Amino acid sequence: MSELLEIQDLHVTVEQREILKGVDLVIPQGETHALMGPNGSGKSTLAYTLMGHPKYQVTGGSVRWKGQDVLGLKPDERARTGLFLAFQYPVTIPGVTLVNFLRQSLRAVRGKEQAVRDFRKELSTHMATLKMDNQFITRYINDGFSGGEKKRAEMLQLAMLRPQMAILDETDSGLDIDALRIVSEGVNSLAGPELGVLIITHYQRILNYIAPKRVHVLYQGRVIVSGGPELVGRLESEGYDPIIKEFGPPEEAAA
Amino acid sequence: MAVTAKTLQNSEDYKFGFHDQEDYVFKSQRGISEQVVRNISTHKNEPEWMTKFRVRAYNHFLKRPMPNWGGDVAGIDFDNIYYYIKPAAEQGKTWGDVPEYIKETFDKLGIPQAERKFLAGVSAQYESEVVYHSIREDLKKMGVVFTDMDTGLREYGDIVRKYFGTVIPPNDNKFASLNSAVWSGGSFVHVPAGVKVDIPLQAYFRINAENMGQFERTLIIAEPGSFVHYVEGCTAPIYSTDSLHSAVVELIALPGSRIRYTTIQNWSNNVYNLVTKRALAYRDATVEWVDCNLGSKLTMKYPAVYLMEPGAHGEVLSVAMAGAGQHQDAGAKMVHVAPNTSSIITSKSIAKGGGRTTYRGLVKAYPGAYGAKSKVRCDALLMDDASQSDTYPYMDIEEERVDVGHEATVSKVGEEQLFYLMSRGMSEVEATNMIVNGFIEPIAKELPMEYAVELNRLVQLEMSGSVG
Repeated sequence: MSELLEIQDLHVTVEQREILKGVDLVIPQGETHALMGPNGSGKSTLAYTLMGHPKYQVTGGSVRWKGQDVLGLKPDERARTGLFLAFQYPVTIPGVTLVNFLRQSLRAVRGKEQAVRDFRKELSTHMATLKMDNQFITRYINDGFSGGEKKRAEMLQLAMLRPQMAILDETDSGLDIDALRIVSEGVNSLAGPELGVLIITHYQRILNYIAPKRVHVLYQGRVIVSGGPELVGRLESEGYDPIIKEFGPPEEAAA
Repeated sequence: MAVTAKTLQNSEDYKFGFHDQEDYVFKSQRGISEQVVRNISTHKNEPEWMTKFRVRAYNHFLKRPMPNWGGDVAGIDFDNIYYYIKPAAEQGKTWGDVPEYIKETFDKLGIPQAERKFLAGVSAQYESEVVYHSIREDLKKMGVVFTDMDTGLREYGDIVRKYFGTVIPPNDNKFASLNSAVWSGGSFVHVPAGVKVDIPLQAYFRINAENMGQFERTLIIAEPGSFVHYVEGCTAPIYSTDSLHSAVVELIALPGSRIRYTTIQNWSNNVYNLVTKRALAYRDATVEWVDCNLGSKLTMKYPAVYLMEPGAHGEVLSVAMAGAGQHQDAGAKMVHVAPNTSSIITSKSIAKGGGRTTYRGLVKAYPGAYGAKSKVRCDALLMDDASQSDTYPYMDIEEERVDVGHEATVSKVGEEQLFYLMSRGMSEVEATNMIVNGFIEPIAKELPMEYAVELNRLVQLEMSGSVG
């Protein structure tokens, strides 16, 4: 049965400023959706809030996943329900190798130890898809990684942890065209009935590689319009302004 | 003669905090005087030169001022300390000879098991005397000497007399003077030319009695082209009043030799740990101090390497961890005396729960030490806002043609790092441990595997409870 991530009238405050002002969004497991919007519209705030970053305070609304309210859960508990966030700016953890990190994450998320051989096999399969060489996993987490390497490492975690709902926060930012293609292929290879994906992006270019079923536009903390893939085409040719004029808040349209 | 120990509140956090009933054949009176110093020497049947050395050192001790820098040593009451305690046991030749209660103590600490597995030799010191000693037969045949310092003085008097007190003279500092006056136990290691001792020699130091002063004295001489790795571990029970541990360690690395000296210290937090460690490295010799400081109330320790001849290399890798009420004032000294010498200092400190860590280091280059290279890196990790870390990297460079670099960082375990790891399913405790273990990884990877595991375990033990 396909599960749902249901966001209802979500209000979020960061450092006393209200950023999300009533977001409504439903993403079913098995579908890929895109959340687009200009800078400052609240896209990353939504991503962090869904994963439970302590800095983001929910002041109203609800987030349900698999029918369960997740707002009371800590980030690790959310991870164990099958939620995943690919970070826009993954942090460095010096001294901890990627391979140790992956092993421990996997144990934490799945609740049991995986046989070393199976782990290695799975790891090398995914690393091949992402065109990573074997040395990569012996490096410290994001320590001295290029932009592209960081995003690939995020995709490797996505592939290994096998969540049922993945939020990709501006995974396309800072990637050159080759890296973008590799990362997109990585996502496509994982997409299927088991995985829901919410691609958060400013630009349409990643959507040339990953076809979303639905597209939502976030503006000033609200989803102002949702539509099919054709919305991407319109954004590409016209930019955000006409869409904001058409669907944005009336006071903004009047101004 | 049982001592009633009022255990501290947090004693359950420190698993070595138990103590045995006291059973001693000789316990000096509290406090120090020339008579106490002479009594120790007489009791040990020492040669006259050593008695004189002790008395001379005692007079220096009286004259030297207390250090007015570093940690707060005002709480040390020299009149309340037992300077020499000899357990009833004679030194055991086999583990079976060691009395039950002492054996149990070391069993709890895992000493003989460790020996069976991977050590070349073991020494165990209880209070002032070494109660057990062993060395692998093949090493003995190759002429490797690994014995307690008192036996060393008796059986290798000429070598001891040649080197004893030459690296750290009895007037070096107040605590080195005190050690020189009342020293007992410690290790004497002599590795013949060209002999490489492939697995570590281990010494274990244990304080049992309340208000005990432990003053072990270690001397290691590596003859040309030899190699030895010496590892020491330390613990003490938890009492409501303080103990003093003030060791002196002298290393002599003759041309082309290499000495690695590893300390994993885990004193209970009522021990003043004021230790002087210094090495001389001659032509193309290498000395490495790997220094892990956990526990104690106050540690002041700055292992030094004097790079005496061209090609000498010195290294200090240190980890310090301070919790509530603890101050780790640790660092390193590298003294470039000769040209084309090199040194590396890597220091990592962790402070939590209001603990305090200080890095205090000196790199000195004398005129003529051209081509000297030195790299200093110190990183501090703060677990919370109540904790404190300071860095005092002194440089005293009197030669222009040198290459000296210093890097220092202070970081807090960040909300972002925790969030990142937690978003991958790890609990806050697991995430914190991962960050801390990663932080000390550059040191842990230099330890033999068993010790690296032990260090990580101790650090995690210290960490537990620090996450709310």
